[in-house]
Amino acid sequence: MSKYLSLKFLFLFVVGLFYSTSLLAQIKIGLALDKGGRDDKSFNAAAFKGATEAQKNLNIQLKTVESSDDISLEPTLRTFAQKGYPLVIAVGFVQKDAVEKVAKQFPKTHFVLIDATTEIPNVRSIVFKEHEGSFLVGAIAAMASKSQKIGFIGGMDIPMIRRFQLGYESGVKHINPQALVLTNYIGSSSDAWRNPTKAKELALSQYNKGVDIIFSPSGASGLGVFDAAEQTQKWVVGCDSNQNWVKPGQVLTSMLKKVDVAVYQAIELETKSSFQGGIFDLGLAESGVDYSLDEFNRSLLTPEIEKKINAIKINILNHKIIVPDFYLTMKKAKPS
Amino acid sequence: MIEILSSTLRLATPLIFAAMGGFLCERSGIATICLEGVLLTSAWAGATVTYYTNPYLGVLAAIIVGAMTMALHALLTVKAKADQIISGVAVNLFAAGITPILTKLLFGSSTNTESIPLHARLYSPVLTLLAFLLPFLIHFVTYRTGWGLRLLACGDGPEALKTSGVSPAKVRYWALSIAGAIIGFGGVYLSTAHASQFTRDMTAGRGFIALTALIFGKWRPLPAFIACLFFGFTDALQIQLQSSPLLGNTFPVQALQIFPYLITLLVLVGFIGSAKPPLAIGKVE
Repeated sequence: MSKYLSLKFLFLFVVGLFYSTSLLAQIKIGLALDKGGRDDKSFNAAAFKGATEAQKNLNIQLKTVESSDDISLEPTLRTFAQKGYPLVIAVGFVQKDAVEKVAKQFPKTHFVLIDATTEIPNVRSIVFKEHEGSFLVGAIAAMASKSQKIGFIGGMDIPMIRRFQLGYESGVKHINPQALVLTNYIGSSSDAWRNPTKAKELALSQYNKGVDIIFSPSGASGLGVFDAAEQTQKWVVGCDSNQNWVKPGQVLTSMLKKVDVAVYQAIELETKSSFQGGIFDLGLAESGVDYSLDEFNRSLLTPEIEKKINAIKINILNHKIIVPDFYLTMKKAKPS
Repeated sequence: MIEILSSTLRLATPLIFAAMGGFLCERSGIATICLEGVLLTSAWAGATVTYYTNPYLGVLAAIIVGAMTMALHALLTVKAKADQIISGVAVNLFAAGITPILTKLLFGSSTNTESIPLHARLYSPVLTLLAFLLPFLIHFVTYRTGWGLRLLACGDGPEALKTSGVSPAKVRYWALSIAGAIIGFGGVYLSTAHASQFTRDMTAGRGFIALTALIFGKWRPLPAFIACLFFGFTDALQIQLQSSPLLGNTFPVQALQIFPYLITLLVLVGFIGSAKPPLAIGKVE
């Protein structure tokens, strides 16, 4: 009996030891999302997807926090750093200031900042060439549109969304210089990212004016544009994540910003102890942006459109097509 | 033109419900700045119950939760005699906090509930029609029935009401609960008829705009109704102007978005004169 008991304890001890060492070996990863939250079906959702995939395949322990307001961003990052998380991922340009402050205080902690750049050495800044991806979906929209009236509804009126807009417009005009692009912005405060009813009203008004395709980089507000598309049986172009599945048949394509891939790669590098700081600007060439084609929009994108758009893609890669970048035009416009 | 009109109707509907609810509260002598919070909780309840069952139960849930949220305000102000503004702020904060927590518990994300398919959503014109009949009903009840007169008396002179043997507390409990139920219609309209799901903070200040409309209408139901339509109209006009190719591409977005607020300011300063609130409002017995 006593032998049996001691065997049992030995067994428990070994199991316990094994379990605790495997926990110890797990690298703790902190993921701080912005206001959009993990189910915005868009930008934050993409980051969350990348991180959960990493959790599945790599030996990591993932902790996700959604920030309800901008004031709580910095404390969240600091808590992660204080608790000894070796890698903290901050999603969204609103986190830039918070990351800069906390990264300076914890120079040994690695940070990933998505959608904004900073020079601090322990931060890996990842930005995307949104204008290139937007150019592609703009061209697709112009090829698919029957009315040749094409809509754009931005979230908050900030340079980044203007960058989407300029790329998109150039894509449309590349196919048909006569096409009309209607542009709306939901607001000029951060509430614009979560006002789906306002987005829906704007979308209905554009659809009623004859627009048949709307592209809406506007965070969670974009869901309102999807509702309007469903109601009027018109088309919408998804943004950031592949949103083709959200309302199948209504979503022409999605502009992909491969936040998931970038997040996954950063975590992978951390597990291999080969994390690198610096600024990474991901465009078409780096497969950072793209358009989406899957079973949900296969029937909407004709092979002809697909062929043309892949040709355009190659031309952008060869620099035969130069996609205008709002950031550059903005810099030029600034009086020095 | 028809487009501006229909957009106005859609945008004004939640405002009307909220303003009419606010009318009953304020006229009973309780300052109520928590219209926003009540809209939010009822929008959440409506969307969640509609998602799991059907739109009818969704409406019912929104009404009940709206009434309960407003009853909380009543409990704090009438029973606990808390400062009415502070209680209103508390209810707003409570609503803004509890809705994401419950959303996260049920749907795994704190930002939005699952989307409700088009066929399972509420047919919105029914609610809009209701919103347009409601001010007349409230006008009738307030000025033509005993209950309404007691409500007015409660707001202007609760002492006098007490001497005639009616408990002001009782009148206020009823007024606030009914108001909460009415605002519940506005909440469920927002989340299941106008949008297809609840998203965090989706009311986006509508409760406060409704309150402004109430003051704009000098605490009377029909003028407040007109004010709600006016606010809906300026918002609709702004949306139309923004997307009209002539102005939209040249006009700065921000300038257009100030438009409703600017008109409100101008009108408030210039036209309505002094608005007198119910006499007993904000006073703790």
